[in-house]
Amino acid sequence: MNITQESAFRTCSVTGLRVHLPAQKLIITNAVAAVVFLLIGGILALLIALTRWEVVQLLPADLYYRFLSVHGTVMLVFWIVFFEVAGLYFGGTVLLNARLLRPGLGWFAFVLMLAGAVMSTLVTFAGGADIMFTAYVPLKAHPLFYLGVILFAVGALLAVGLFLATVIVAKKEKRYTGSVPLVTYGLIAAAIIAVFTLVSGAIVFVPAFLWSLGIISSFDPGAYRVLFWAFGHPAQQINLSAMVAVWYALATLTTGAKPVNEKLSRFAFLLYILFINLGSVHHLMVDPALSQANRIFNTSYFFYLAVLGSLIHAYSIPAGVEVAQRAKGYAKGLFQWLVKAPWKEPGFAALAVSFVIFGFIGGTSGVIQGMQVNMIAHNTLRIPGHFHATVVGGTTLAFMGLAYYLIPLMTRRQLVGKAWASAQPYIYGVGVTMLSLGMLWSGILGVPRRTYDIAASSAGVAAPAYAGSDVTLAIMGVGAVIAVIGGAIFVGIAVLTLLTGKKMK
Amino acid sequence: MSSLASPEKVWWKPLCRDERLWVAVALAWSLFMFFGMLGWGAIGNQHLPVETYRVNIGEFRQLTNDFNQKYTVGTQNGVPVVRPPEGGDVYLLASAWKWSSILELKEGVAYRIHLSSADFQHGFSLQPTNLNFQILPEYDYVVTLTPDKAGEYQVVCNEFCGPGHNLMVGKIIVTE
Repeated sequence: MNITQESAFRTCSVTGLRVHLPAQKLIITNAVAAVVFLLIGGILALLIALTRWEVVQLLPADLYYRFLSVHGTVMLVFWIVFFEVAGLYFGGTVLLNARLLRPGLGWFAFVLMLAGAVMSTLVTFAGGADIMFTAYVPLKAHPLFYLGVILFAVGALLAVGLFLATVIVAKKEKRYTGSVPLVTYGLIAAAIIAVFTLVSGAIVFVPAFLWSLGIISSFDPGAYRVLFWAFGHPAQQINLSAMVAVWYALATLTTGAKPVNEKLSRFAFLLYILFINLGSVHHLMVDPALSQANRIFNTSYFFYLAVLGSLIHAYSIPAGVEVAQRAKGYAKGLFQWLVKAPWKEPGFAALAVSFVIFGFIGGTSGVIQGMQVNMIAHNTLRIPGHFHATVVGGTTLAFMGLAYYLIPLMTRRQLVGKAWASAQPYIYGVGVTMLSLGMLWSGILGVPRRTYDIAASSAGVAAPAYAGSDVTLAIMGVGAVIAVIGGAIFVGIAVLTLLTGKKMK
Repeated sequence: MSSLASPEKVWWKPLCRDERLWVAVALAWSLFMFFGMLGWGAIGNQHLPVETYRVNIGEFRQLTNDFNQKYTVGTQNGVPVVRPPEGGDVYLLASAWKWSSILELKEGVAYRIHLSSADFQHGFSLQPTNLNFQILPEYDYVVTLTPDKAGEYQVVCNEFCGPGHNLMVGKIIVTE
């Protein structure tokens, strides 16, 4: 079959969008892989949160550390990147009315990513990599763990390359006129950040792999940290950029919002590309070796200009919704547009909750404790408190919101349980908010992250009391349970739609 | 026009008044925070004076053993209690899953505390003050510290260092 032929396309009867069928298959497959990893990570989330909640302490110590290691990698890398690849293929083909350039390469990338993800997950479950997501040397894992991460990164890099090539060729073939849509623009920004990130991942994990095999004898722990965080945090900046693109998409899908000013929104994405990765140095704020000047300059995201980018989106997205709502006649007073917003529409609920959690808890806590007060936050529960608000309450929820439209569009099946989908973002949002605030408060009391039992000690020295942490850890634990219920509702809707959803034309 | 479709041909339009105002306020705030980063160091004395040196693990272990031998004044549960000379160099070695000594420091006196690890990465988390540093093997991380309040402080390892990580609690005693 000639994949450039018109027969390789179908036109969606609801949206009028033209869908390239080979791309559609890849989008569905990558999204399914993403949801499977989300399911694994979610089950582990429940187990480890109920262990950190000291009065419950569900797991024994070794399983807690093992499951925490799997949870980190599965959620921060596999779930999110598989979904992002699906999103890239969508933004590069369907939104541009274009074909996916080389579907075969897309499948090759998928196989590499899946093989790598399965390999490193199994090795960790088997006890071969109880070294956390960060895998700080000289803690050593089984070589297959590093190899798995490398395979995944190479596969993801190929997928990103395929997306970028698809966008370029679509322009050449005149599949669209003028500039790319704003959502695709945001995804391109994410893809550019991804190239930097994945190459850094290879630079840190290839020597770690060789070191685990005994081919190279040592790996400087300070150098490892610099290199690892050129992968570890930028990976979250891919999520940021992709999430903001999804926010714009959800605003349009649910309220008909248009970007109020294309120039300003695109400029904000440009600020991300240029400056956001510098901020990764904040992981090294209390490390030896780096100079104070280096730390201050880099951790500020270059004069906080990347933060300026986020503040621009924080203005543009609600402004777009307000303008669209007012045009519909909801123009009374200051806030009728907001009161009359489609709060029961799953995509709008996901947008609103994700926007608030990311902005008011995630972003602010990151800027404050990543840089300003790092010395009293480093390695305390404040850190996971921050990134559960960004990556879970922000990115994951935004992606769930998009999935409620992407799944029916791609599978031509009606969403199962729309009422559940409408409630899901709120349930999930309440859970993640409690989880994050519980962690943040615990961290402010000094409670360390990644520790099995804060009351235990070996040398006959009593552990610190962390007065009040019994309450804050309980808030975290209850929040985790609610969030997992919300996550389970999402997975249930996605799976049931895929398997039993009523067929549409 | 929507965020999902290509924009009209000319989309680079000037910002409206509200947009200009928002960007100006946001930019001013960004710059304020940047200079705040410098300011906390200058005005708030937020950045601890630290130095770093390369060190061999064996060498640092030797320095710690010598230091412990010279200044040990007792033991608690088998851990030496060490009282360094006022204002002197202090060596604290982290290893899985213990600290090399319990330190006895004097209030109001500045000490040069050398931190390093014999094996994995560790965290130095001083509680309940809540001050945190990263400890790496082969790096001699010198933190100049002046205890400002007498009492007992815990030193909790807050970097994951293997299955016994959560047991790694040490102590600093500050006397008047």
